[in-house]
Amino acid sequence: MSVALSAPDIKRALTRISHEILEKNQGASSIVLLGIPTRGAHLAQRIASIISEIDGVEISSGTLDITLFRDDLRLRAPKAIMPTTIPPSGVENRDVILVDDVLFSGRTIRSALDALGEIGRPRTVQLAALVDRGHRELPIKADFVGKNLPTSKSQSVRVLLSEIDGRDEVSIEGEAN
Amino acid sequence: MRHLLSIADLSKIEAISILDTANELARVSDGAVKKLPTLRGRTIVNLFAEDSTRTRISFEAAAKRLSADVINFSAKGSSVSKGESLKDTAMTLQAMGADAVVIRHSASGAAQRLADSQWMSGSVVNAGDGTHEHPSQALLDAFTIRKHLGLGKSDLEGLRVAIVGDVLHSRVARSNVLLLAKLGAKVTLVAPPTLLPVGVESWPASVSYDFHSIIPFVDVVMMLRVQQERMTEMYFPNAREYSRYFGLNSDRMKSMKPGAIVMHPGPMNRGLEISAEVADSSRSVITEQVTNGVSVRMAILYVLLTGGSLEAGGN
Repeated sequence: MSVALSAPDIKRALTRISHEILEKNQGASSIVLLGIPTRGAHLAQRIASIISEIDGVEISSGTLDITLFRDDLRLRAPKAIMPTTIPPSGVENRDVILVDDVLFSGRTIRSALDALGEIGRPRTVQLAALVDRGHRELPIKADFVGKNLPTSKSQSVRVLLSEIDGRDEVSIEGEAN
Repeated sequence: MRHLLSIADLSKIEAISILDTANELARVSDGAVKKLPTLRGRTIVNLFAEDSTRTRISFEAAAKRLSADVINFSAKGSSVSKGESLKDTAMTLQAMGADAVVIRHSASGAAQRLADSQWMSGSVVNAGDGTHEHPSQALLDAFTIRKHLGLGKSDLEGLRVAIVGDVLHSRVARSNVLLLAKLGAKVTLVAPPTLLPVGVESWPASVSYDFHSIIPFVDVVMMLRVQQERMTEMYFPNAREYSRYFGLNSDRMKSMKPGAIVMHPGPMNRGLEISAEVADSSRSVITEQVTNGVSVRMAILYVLLTGGSLEAGGN
């Protein structure tokens, strides 16, 4: 197991992502952050509070559970359904930024796009991921990446966040081959 | 979990996970999204060899909200009325590629028979078999109780529930006693001795013949339908006497605890086990039971048709 991002690395990455989000969207006014449970939801909250600090405005954030929209439900054990909370402002004509911890096959994000489509029609949908580990199976790309981590498919990337796991850390488990 | 046949073979953890899943699905139904793609391309057959309104429509609505294809099949107007056996019916459904069969049958154990046989490979959901069990009803009742009186807890620890009336013929009562006890509630069965089944002492519930003395102490009063269609003998002298001792009218409702609720699985015999004023009162959650039924049945279909056992965690 090797540590890829330490707690200060994660903090710096999230701060940079926050600045990039603000820059790309010319301010925070139309942004809605939607985190994908479990860890993406906490990351979305952190980014929301960093953006509020930088820009001095409250930013809408919520969670988007994608379990019921997965394309592998027939193949895998059912997952517990997590809450979806859309901010009262809604997503209609907003710039929605999906937040997830690890971007891998891209299938979670495809499901998230489907789930989002049922809720409304955002002006744009962007994607922020703490880690991009490659091996995409779909034509999906992140707009904001904390760190690109080259991995082999046999390895797994573990993200720990203090809200759930007591500390912040990203590590790679298993041998590269 | 592959089949849902009885509450008896459901663990407390499985039961709570179905209720939690139903809770999230209920929030989906409340919101803008009424239809989910979750079970797209799966076929669910409602095999109803006994009359039903609520349960059949509820399972149908649940399946449709999850985008499954639903085939309704009732005994009347099908080959079952020409004498086709359960086996041949099941093999027909298998040949048509049913992923799940929701079965209601007048014979106790019919769902179990279907699940144990090699006649078909899909999931089996018991939607009521004879006087044995009706697990989806018990789950929706527990869901409704938890929503009103659960105080945010996952189980029903410490709540007191009275189940009143025709326990003898009631699969709803049997499933409810098992589930409520599993979830930590204290259940009292209230009925005339003639309407209690043999062996009721072994159920995880106490028994009383005196509704009047029990009612001030319970959080939930669950009334059961007097199942006249199953009654081949005299079980009580007449309807008026039954009503006086075991019916719930507005006078008797006055002695209920503040916040206590009235439930009924339906269909009701208004004026027999429950008076119209009580059924339509603010304590009554009877129509809410129907609404919750759809969410709970969505949860059941989700858990059974996505294979494997439920695991915690998000994405």
